[in-house]
Order: sequence, then C-alpha cells, then structure tokens
Amino acid sequence: MNRAFAGVLLSLAFCASAAAQDVKKEIERYREMVSEGSPAELFELEGETLWKKAQGPQQVSLEKCDLGLGPGILKGAYAALPRYFKDADRVMDLETRLLHCMMTLQGRSREEATRRVFGNADRPSEMESLSAYVAAQSRGMKMVPGESHPKERAAYELGRALYFRRAGSWDFACTSCHGEEGKRIRLQELPMLIKPENARSVVASWPAYRISTSGFITMQWRMNNCYQQMRMPEPAFGSDATVALIHFITVTGKGEVYRGPGNKR
Amino acid sequence: MNRLRRALLGALAALLAKPLASLAAWNESAFGAKTPQDALKGIGVANPAPSKEIVIDAPQIAENGAVVPIEITSNIPGTSSIAVVLEKNPFPLAAKFDFGEGALPYVKLNVKMAETADVRVVAAAGGRHYSATREIKVTIGGCGG
Amino acid sequence: MAGPMKIRATLAGGNTAGAAGTTEIRVLMSHPMTTAQSGQPLHFIQNVTVKLNGRAVIEAEVSQAVSRNPVFSFRLKGGAKGDRIEVAWLDNQGESNRIETAVA
Repeated sequence: MNRAFAGVLLSLAFCASAAAQDVKKEIERYREMVSEGSPAELFELEGETLWKKAQGPQQVSLEKCDLGLGPGILKGAYAALPRYFKDADRVMDLETRLLHCMMTLQGRSREEATRRVFGNADRPSEMESLSAYVAAQSRGMKMVPGESHPKERAAYELGRALYFRRAGSWDFACTSCHGEEGKRIRLQELPMLIKPENARSVVASWPAYRISTSGFITMQWRMNNCYQQMRMPEPAFGSDATVALIHFITVTGKGEVYRGPGNKR
Repeated sequence: MNRLRRALLGALAALLAKPLASLAAWNESAFGAKTPQDALKGIGVANPAPSKEIVIDAPQIAENGAVVPIEITSNIPGTSSIAVVLEKNPFPLAAKFDFGEGALPYVKLNVKMAETADVRVVAAAGGRHYSATREIKVTIGGCGG
Repeated sequence: MAGPMKIRATLAGGNTAGAAGTTEIRVLMSHPMTTAQSGQPLHFIQNVTVKLNGRAVIEAEVSQAVSRNPVFSFRLKGGAKGDRIEVAWLDNQGESNRIETAVA
C-alpha cells in the first residue's frame, strides 16, 4: 500500500496521539457528508410502497398493523421498540412484529414471509425496506424501549446473559469482540455495548444503508451475522435469543434521540 | 417567415420530438481515456490554470472508497461547466456538468475511488479552463458495522 | 426496470430586501452503476438532465465512476415556490427514468 494509507493506519494505532484525533475527525466528516446524501431514503421509499401493498391470502396491506402504539400508528413506533405485545404474549422487536402482522393481518405463512428475510443490493428484502420505512417515522424521537412488563425485564436479563455467554466451537460470546473498550477489527470499531454511552450511538443508527455492499442491513441481520461469525448455529429469524439481545442493547442505549436509518461503512 | 427558416424550425421541432435516447450525447473517448491527461484532452482541456476560486469540499479520509462524497463550487464568474477527474481511477474522467442560464456552478456527488489519490476539478469559464486538486485518502474497513 | 427516484427541491437564502436566494435540489437514483471491474455487463447512468419549468438548465455526462445509487445535489439561481423541477437520467443500456417535484 502507499505511504498515505500506511500513515493512516499508523495514526490509528496510536489512539492517544494528536494525529489520530485528526483522523477520527476526518472520518466523522466523511460519515456526515455521506449521511447528507445517502441512498438510505430509497429504501424508505420502497418500504412505504410495501407497507401499503395488499398481499397474502387476505389481500390486505400492513396499514392496520399495530407496532405498539395502536393500529397503523407509525410515528414513534420504532422508538418504542422492542416491547411486550399482549396479542403475541412476548417481547417483539420491529422485524418480529412486522412478521406477526404479515401472518395475522395478511394471512401469510411464516415460511413464506421469512423465505427471504435478508436481501442484497440488487433486491432488498421486504423486511429491510419495511424496516427502513418504519424506522424513519421515528426520526428525531427518543428511544424508549419497554421496561415495565415482567417479560420485558426477563428479555433484558436474557439478552444480558447471552451477551456474556461463551458457546459454540470457538467458545465465543459477544464479549469476545464487544467486551473491551477501544477494540477494532481492521478499521471497524467494535463498540462495547454494555456501557450506555456506547450503546446509544449504535441504537440511534440502525437499521442502516451499508456502503460497502450498497445494501440495507437490519438488527435481525446483525444478530444473525454475528452468530455466524462466532461459528454458532444460525438463529431463527425473530427468535427469543435475537430479540432479547436487541432488547438488551436498546435498553442500554435508551434515551438517545433516534437519527433515522444510518449509514455504515 | 421565409421558407428556409420554416424548414429549419420544422427540422428542429422534429429533432426535439425524438426520445431522449437518441439526443443525449456522451463523450465516449473522454470517458474511455485511461490517463488524466487523455481524459482532459477528450473534453478539450489543455493547460488549465490553477485557481483558488474552485472550492472542493470533501473529507480528507474516505472510510469506504465505494462512496466518496465530493462537493464542488466554482466562484469563477461565468463558469459554464465543471469536470471531475479522479487521477488514479482506471478511467479518470468521472463526470462533466454543463450549467445553463439559471443554474449555479455547484454540484455534490458520490464517486468511487479505488485508492488514495488526487481529485482534480476543471472549470470552464469565458472560453478558458481552470483547475484545482485535492487529495482524498481511501481506507478499508473490517467486518461488522 | 428502472428503480425508484427521490427528489427534494427547497428554497434557501434570500431575504425580504429582495436578495436572491437559491433553489437547492437533491435527487436520489436507484441504479447499480456497474463498472468494468465487476465482470458483469456495464450498466451505468450516462446522462442526467435537470429542468426548471420545462427548460433544461443542467446537462450532465456521468460515468461508471459515480457511486451505486447516485445522489446528486444541484443549485439554481433564485427560484420561487411552485417552480417545477424535473430530473431525468438515461443509461448506457437505454433505460431511463425521471422524477418531478415542485419547489417547496
């Protein structure tokens, strides 16, 4: 690699140095400029179309879906997730709840609705586009996941336990990568999510447009992908484990103002 | 209105009625040029004079070379076009913008850069050419995020 | 089939004393902008036209060096609420799309 690149790497290696601070500032500037003109909004648009599209045996749209604040109420719904839902008697995150509405309102089978939950740049999945749209409706609102119901507290405890729980052939846990401050893989920061200040910026910027793949990524995808990287069995979409982890992270980062779908490297 | 003028106007009207596809010009040789010099030659630029009046606002470091945001403003009076050249790209000419009456010589766009390199912006104004350059470092990322 | 587009056109600057402001245009286009490097057939936007009330004011020739899902920002002199802004693109495979909005 060339001098300049080596220089960047060197600066990042010495976190305390002034040069490293400049590097950090410039990367912040990069992220800011990208977010000012991000393709994320295209996924929001696609999500809006899907939200209003009649589908499934019932041939109805998702417009009456209750995301926690009442049927069809989108504003602030994402900011109040995950939360306990009486009709399902469990804690659900955004994607789990969308799946629930697809099944109960539209009459779709779980198998059909989850056939392709993670898409790609050429064709985002329904879940990805819908997540972008719904999350965008909570832009500027404080994240207030559910904490009062016993099952919400249980989900938090389960998520926290899973965060530390080592398992699988590599004996990995979330803490293997996200257990210490200041860690990174190559140039990707690994936030230590047990600390509220670290969880807050994470919580405020998901789901997100991923620049390197031109695709859209969601929290269910992130959990699924982390488990794969940890060489553990692939979690079922919307499983108790994934929802618990998402709930744990969101509660840890609660109070942060949601910035809308983010942009990731 | 004389007959020639009417015929010319008729031809023009017929031309304008054609779909966009057959009208739009695209400088194949300039965009296919493999060096910055050939790219500039392809758009008729010989020796652009360096100018501080061309403002290139871009991050010094691009976290991912697939999307490098660049914001360009030309404060040179009478700027009629702006061209963006990415010096180390396989095909350096990235884009060319022509500004008509009512448009400001300004653009923000996202480009692809494979590696750290200079970005050169060439502005045409009053029949002359001016340029400014800016280096942008390109890093790679890891997994996650 | 051309992907979706999104556009936003707003007035900025200007004051009650009559100083002219600008019309800020931001347009998003869904397009693969595939490069020669990718090994797939070249598929990228070549032309972008910006029209103000039906008249072309910006003509752009762009290439595969523009990022996937292009986002462009343009500025026009002055402008008024209700002005019609149209952005159209044409790619190397003959596909095209356009979007129109009124300045807010």
